[in-house]
Amino acid sequence: MVSTADFGDYETAWCPGCGNFSILDAVKKALVKKQLQPHEVLFVSGIGQAAKAPLYLNANIFDGLHGRSLPVATGAKLVNPRLTVVVESGDGCNYGEGGNHFLAAIRRNPDITVLVHDNQVYGLTKGQASPTSQIGFVTKAQPDGVQAEPFNPIAVAVAMRAGFVARGFSGMADHLVDLIVQAIDHEGFSLVDILQPCVSFNRVNTFAWYKKRCYTVGDDYDSTDWSAAMKRAHEWGDRIPLGVIYKRDLPAFGKGFPSVVESTEIPKRVKDCLMTYL
Amino acid sequence: MSAILSDTMMRRLNIVIGGEAGQGLITVGNALTKSLVQAGYYVVATQSYQSRIRGGHNTFAIRVSDGEIVAPQEPIDILVALNAETLSLHKAALSDQGVIVADAALNLEGDEARLLAAPFDELGSKRAANVTALGIVCSLIGLDRELVLRTLADSVASKHPELTEQNQQALEEAFAWASDRVSPIQKLPVLGGPPRRMMMNGNEAIAMGALSAGLRFCSFYPMTPSTSINLAVISHARHMGVIVEQAEDEIAAINMAVGASFAGAPSMAATSGGGFALMTEAVSLAGQTETPIVVVVAQRPGPATGLPTRTEQGDLEFVLHGGHGEFPRAIFAPGTVKECFHLTRKAFELAEKYQGPMFVLTDQFLADSYRAVPPFEVEDLAPVRPGVEESEVSFPYRRFALTEDGVSPRLIPGATEHLVVVDSDEHTEDGRLTENLAVRRQMVEKRLRKHQGLLAETIAPDWAGDANCEVLLVSWGSTKGSVSEAASTLQLRGKRVATLHFSQVWPMVSEHFLGYLEDAEHVVSVEGNALGQFARLIRRETGFEIPSHVRRYDGLPITPEYILKNLDGQE
Repeated sequence: MVSTADFGDYETAWCPGCGNFSILDAVKKALVKKQLQPHEVLFVSGIGQAAKAPLYLNANIFDGLHGRSLPVATGAKLVNPRLTVVVESGDGCNYGEGGNHFLAAIRRNPDITVLVHDNQVYGLTKGQASPTSQIGFVTKAQPDGVQAEPFNPIAVAVAMRAGFVARGFSGMADHLVDLIVQAIDHEGFSLVDILQPCVSFNRVNTFAWYKKRCYTVGDDYDSTDWSAAMKRAHEWGDRIPLGVIYKRDLPAFGKGFPSVVESTEIPKRVKDCLMTYL
Repeated sequence: MSAILSDTMMRRLNIVIGGEAGQGLITVGNALTKSLVQAGYYVVATQSYQSRIRGGHNTFAIRVSDGEIVAPQEPIDILVALNAETLSLHKAALSDQGVIVADAALNLEGDEARLLAAPFDELGSKRAANVTALGIVCSLIGLDRELVLRTLADSVASKHPELTEQNQQALEEAFAWASDRVSPIQKLPVLGGPPRRMMMNGNEAIAMGALSAGLRFCSFYPMTPSTSINLAVISHARHMGVIVEQAEDEIAAINMAVGASFAGAPSMAATSGGGFALMTEAVSLAGQTETPIVVVVAQRPGPATGLPTRTEQGDLEFVLHGGHGEFPRAIFAPGTVKECFHLTRKAFELAEKYQGPMFVLTDQFLADSYRAVPPFEVEDLAPVRPGVEESEVSFPYRRFALTEDGVSPRLIPGATEHLVVVDSDEHTEDGRLTENLAVRRQMVEKRLRKHQGLLAETIAPDWAGDANCEVLLVSWGSTKGSVSEAASTLQLRGKRVATLHFSQVWPMVSEHFLGYLEDAEHVVSVEGNALGQFARLIRRETGFEIPSHVRRYDGLPITPEYILKNLDGQE
């Protein structure tokens, strides 16, 4: 039996009260629920406070460049499909620096789970606006307030008909564990956008702010209904829906790719190829 | 040490086909090259094209000989002008016996003995003008008609099966027409029992080298002139069990390859200068996470978009330094199609052995240049083995264990119960982020110790020629053949000459070559860029300043004639 202790207990570099703690805890619980052993899992992360999360876990870890987790995870999963591959990083990493990869990964649909810690602010670099910061959000770098429309990851993913689109909240731990388990179970690209407070740099979207607004879509909600999903995806403000917003089955990327050729067989096959140039 | 090529009684011809993009120039260029290779001749085919799909001016130049040739040639013996512009652009390059083959309807002006103006509309349909020209050329040089028919059918049948009959007819009419002509062109000698040689260009050989090394994953974003490397891999992907993915950009391409390599697959990313600019951050990532990867950079003239379809050796310093921070690397610069194969293999071997980014630096000239090459001996060439076995590591497993040679045991994640942890941040031996500055120092030194291993495996430059030389030509990469032929011409003119050619440009071991530089009466560097980047590298590493140079940066390849012309007054 795998238990949370198998995934270790590390000292972190996060601020006390950070939403990251409960997300880390939920990730461990989800892995235990899945009975995955540490060596069966690969975490790929980028750079940011959220991207440090895998480093506080026992698992295979590739902590790469800011914004580049998705292509690294895609490459790893394609050649090593037995690994359960999880990308865990923040809103800046996945939606800002890695925005193009986010779109391409949804189109490609590799069998990876993407957990995005979304606190609407840059923590590691001390409080600049992130792609999901709301209009008017004031920071040292945006003293007159953010001017650009926030990026809506749920709406974009639903619009692109991604296979699994969910939103969680660090303050609703059990619900989050369940979402992560479902995301891992989903064959193909699965997104869990996880709302979380940043106690140091976001004084607007606080724990209480989220707590007041977040609600879970009920059992009667049909997550396969795309139009309904688009509607929920655009719900933000007084009420913020949590849960599996959209889901559909589609073949995961990599099916039908050529299988490995035994290394002893390679010289002979290279010779076959060379013959085509005669 | 190989001798400089001796200029014997070889018969050589330089055929240039010119016209607009869309006139079927490449189709007949390929068919002619293939026919020549199958008939047993040596070829050096060079393509010059513009960045457009229709119109403009393109050439497909084929130098052919019954003896070994290694460089392109400027004087033209047979100029095939598919349009009038070809004649005006290349007339000056015609050799003394040079002839022009063209459609009489173009009404070109010229000496009757030199201009073979054929009634193209009578010999074949308008669409088959390229084939008519091919037939005339093949008849003039004495190629077997059946052979040409076959190679043409091979190259056209897959794309346009409906044209087979029409082409066959045009080719036969053209052969018949040309056989009645008198031309100053001597037919090529017929070779009995021609050896089996491949018709292969530099990029195809790089792809084959990668496949032979066990390539399992390859991701790319299309960019001339590197794209054909990836296309060649794709054409063999199913048979070789390779996963190829066209990425959303070069950043994704190399990060995917790094991810795949980390997860156990020998991986490659092939690109050109601008694409490499996007890749540099991940080159550094591969250096820091000690992930094997082969990066191929097929150079074209920059800066920025530059001349997208032309050639240059302008990215040496860029590839040498691309990627922030300090980490070891090796850079191979093949000079022949065969070297493209073997040095790409070598790059994979070093990438795996020293766990980091290794480079193959080629250019448009070599990328697109077809040669007649004996099939590579591949039976005994084993692919690289990614990572080590569990039995080779000690417990607790530490991915970045400090070792004497700097190489730590690399396990593949998921292959064992050991956890493989790597971090782009500075990390401890077990791969976790650290800001312990003593550890930082140890890790820098560990990574850089791998440079010592790379130094020990560095391929020495090729020296050839007169030990007591008055001129030493120093070159690297794709200029190898041209420098060698220029040297043999100088030798025939009575010069004491030698060549020093580098097929690996980094690391540099001064003991390999400094003596040659110091002993020569005069040293001239030959390279395809404006600043003399390789000469500067030699000075940086050895203190030796090469006093003279031949440099080319107009987008065209360095030819023997270009070297000789620019050497005048320098030797």
